[in-house]
Amino acid sequence: MKKIHLQTNINGDEVDVLVEPGQSLLDILRDELHMTGTKEGCATGDCGACSVTIDGNLVCACLVLGAEIGGKKIDTIEGMANGDELHPLQKKFIEHVALQCGICTPGLLVAAKHFLEENPDPTEEEVRYGIAGNLCRCTGYQNIIKAVMDAAAEMRGA
Amino acid sequence: MAMKPSPYGTQIPFEEKDYKVVGTNPSVRPDAIDKVTGKARYAADINLPGQLIGKVLRSPHAHARILSIDTSKAEALPGVKSVVTQNDFADLPVQHAASGEIIINFRDVTRTMMAREKVLFDGHPLAAVAATSEAIAKQALKLIKVNYEVLPHVIDVVEAMLPDAPILHEDQFTKGVEPIPEKPSNIAAQLKSEIGDIESGFAQADVSIEHEFNTKAAHQGYIEPHATVANYTDGGNAEVWTSTQGHFVIRAQIAKVLGMDVSKIKVTPAELGGGFGGKNSIYLEPLAIILSKKSGRAVKMTMTRDEVFRASGPTSGTNIVIKIGMKNDGTITAAEALLNYQSGCFPGSSLPLCINTAFTRYDIPNVRVIGNDVTCNRPRVAAYRAPGAPMIAFGVETVIDELAERLNIDPIDIRLKNAAKEGTQTHFGPKLGRIGFVETLEAAKAHEHMKAELGPNQGRGIATAFWNTLGMETSSTLNINQDGTASLIYGTVDVAGGSRAAFAQIVAEELGIPFENVRAIQSDTSSLGFNFTTAGSRGTAAGSMAAVKATRDAITRLCEVAARIWEVEPDQVVWEDGHARPASSNVGNFEPLSIQEIAMKAGFYGGTIAGHAEINVTGGGPGFGTHLVDVEVDRQTGAITVLRYTIIQDAGKAVFPEFVKAQFHGAAVQGIGMALNEEYIYDKNGIMENPGFLDYRMPVASDLSFKIDTEIVEVPNPLHPYGVRGIGEVPIIPPLGAIANAIYDAVGVRLSDHPMSPPKVLKALKKIETLEAAE
Repeated sequence: MKKIHLQTNINGDEVDVLVEPGQSLLDILRDELHMTGTKEGCATGDCGACSVTIDGNLVCACLVLGAEIGGKKIDTIEGMANGDELHPLQKKFIEHVALQCGICTPGLLVAAKHFLEENPDPTEEEVRYGIAGNLCRCTGYQNIIKAVMDAAAEMRGA
Repeated sequence: MAMKPSPYGTQIPFEEKDYKVVGTNPSVRPDAIDKVTGKARYAADINLPGQLIGKVLRSPHAHARILSIDTSKAEALPGVKSVVTQNDFADLPVQHAASGEIIINFRDVTRTMMAREKVLFDGHPLAAVAATSEAIAKQALKLIKVNYEVLPHVIDVVEAMLPDAPILHEDQFTKGVEPIPEKPSNIAAQLKSEIGDIESGFAQADVSIEHEFNTKAAHQGYIEPHATVANYTDGGNAEVWTSTQGHFVIRAQIAKVLGMDVSKIKVTPAELGGGFGGKNSIYLEPLAIILSKKSGRAVKMTMTRDEVFRASGPTSGTNIVIKIGMKNDGTITAAEALLNYQSGCFPGSSLPLCINTAFTRYDIPNVRVIGNDVTCNRPRVAAYRAPGAPMIAFGVETVIDELAERLNIDPIDIRLKNAAKEGTQTHFGPKLGRIGFVETLEAAKAHEHMKAELGPNQGRGIATAFWNTLGMETSSTLNINQDGTASLIYGTVDVAGGSRAAFAQIVAEELGIPFENVRAIQSDTSSLGFNFTTAGSRGTAAGSMAAVKATRDAITRLCEVAARIWEVEPDQVVWEDGHARPASSNVGNFEPLSIQEIAMKAGFYGGTIAGHAEINVTGGGPGFGTHLVDVEVDRQTGAITVLRYTIIQDAGKAVFPEFVKAQFHGAAVQGIGMALNEEYIYDKNGIMENPGFLDYRMPVASDLSFKIDTEIVEVPNPLHPYGVRGIGEVPIIPPLGAIANAIYDAVGVRLSDHPMSPPKVLKALKKIETLEAAE
């Protein structure tokens, strides 16, 4: 099938991609651009491992058609740290042992960052609902909640 | 535990001393930065030049005879480079091997990987294709024509045991019963564990309570689907990158099913995206290798979530009967269990472990456990974190609670009265060594959780757990690099990111150098001798024993080089705080030599410094725990809300305490998910109805709006130099029992069917309300 040529912006870089009509944004990121930081856990929008933002909106990349991304601004886990300087959420996840196997971590970080942009001073309960779309099987979430609350406090202070 | 411990095993006695690194929390865990930046490479993140995409054709039937498979149209599809079916794999005879905490039989392994005579479950593989794109591979699957003779199926464990049940294996006659049966049965084997005299034990009891329990199959639920990349080279070698808890075991299984020399296969374990027992066996690896061999190209295969649920191993669904007898003072005189366990499409559930551990945390003179290993039309079960134990604890802890109420004894006191301690005779053979079970119960009793007030429809439950720690073959190499840093090559896959930190901490402690100067690197199968898989809580416990031995071996070499530099005898040199020092002033007046100075000069004085360990660890150390939970029951909806949860466990020695606590959290929440929501649901045709995260409901953050407290008890394992015990599995065991007991405390209903979901709770509430109204 004929591929579609699109130009998009990923983590601030202009990117040209050739998209098959059936490919998802997740397929484009992982299989075409080899940006494998965004993970596939279910491909049905249930686990949040593939969370990215498009023009500032949080989405599951597995539910977005690749053909839709032309002219958009996509942000992924690969763009979260500023060079060697980790984002406060990344630092706090490490400090609070909020990750174990790490497969859900990129999606959780992207979702948590988006959540804090909308709600910089959340309650614990709001954080729990804010990241309820991201499954983690290792941690039981408590340390993730602590990390997000702590990062939020640091980001407000900064 | 299923294997007898080796008489040639290695144990290193516990050494009491003050630690500098062990017992602290590293500020940056070695794996963490790569995981938070997306740079950690999991199996599905690996791509080889020119790779094809492989997909599997799976059975749409629960039970059917395969009459024919025609792949000709699929093979003719442009872009398809290879197709495999059962004809590409040799049939194998009966041969057993340990695979994690479960025993496998290669005759069945090859049939689980690729169906032969029959398909035995919804999702059973029948064929696989490799094509230039996933879309073409999927299209090719649709072109494969399979003719089936659909057969009656059986899903439920109790139904599968009935005399007229559809039989999965015509050549399966129940083992372990006399006389040898003449009719085939889905009961593959009956197992027994017994001490004392059960009849006289119950005769001595003042009260006996018997209760039946049913639990549904639950999945490990790792977020990373199984993934494999394989490359078969012209030289007849296979390279595999895969998602596994044990690359050496996977290599052995590949060698067996493909008839290859072990030396021709190299398996690299990628960063693991969760396993919890479910990634100890081959699924995709041999298929990818043969697809690669036939196509001459590398092949990548990943399962969809639907495939993970339908075709990788859940834990056993069970039917369990528990009977316990007590004297009026609360002393248990006898305990009996009947354990009917689903093994899935082939025999071999975790029953051998469960038979032996059902009552181990209590000191009971008369015990009889009988278990039936039952085949049914489901995927072959796999280990799931203390496989099979949470379900037994659901029963045992409920019945103990019922007895405590009947005898008007405090639930913690009744457990303390019967708690196993050093010297307690287990019903599986050995007497227990130094353990910390009583300490966990006493800590529970003293915990502030016990003082929290409960409101209407709220209740508190307690439950306890025991699980053993596997030892097994463990290899490690410690290389002292030219700059005096150290690289530990370890072979027990780090399943969650904690053990590689713990290994580096222990090596740093032994060498007397900073934690940051040690790097623990996971081996592939070519860089170390055989290591058993990371199962049975053995990762840190066994792996660190090998790390200690390898480090001490390297220290001997460091001292030897120092002796050569000083021109003294090696036994005149000692190692302290990262330096070689003269053993006494008589040796000579030498300035201590640092590890950096020795490493730099080592080449001239005999060559590179390294230490090795190739051992069979037999000092894993049993683990015990006690959990407390408060719940609230919604009488209108039947929904259970957990209000508070406390985990107390003997870790022996927590090398990396915050990580140990994090493991406690994760395991307990898996147990809570299992208790309240998670279950495999099949339709009347034996097709799984909820093979996705939307309908197989694992806990999300908003389900867990409660405080989890953890308390680490440290009673050192006497057979480990740092006192370490396995910790990963124990904390998944108590939640079912603890929550059931809390529900009873809240609203007076005893739930015996899992999961304790709103419809079941509501039904139970209605039942007692009707009974109360009638009175």
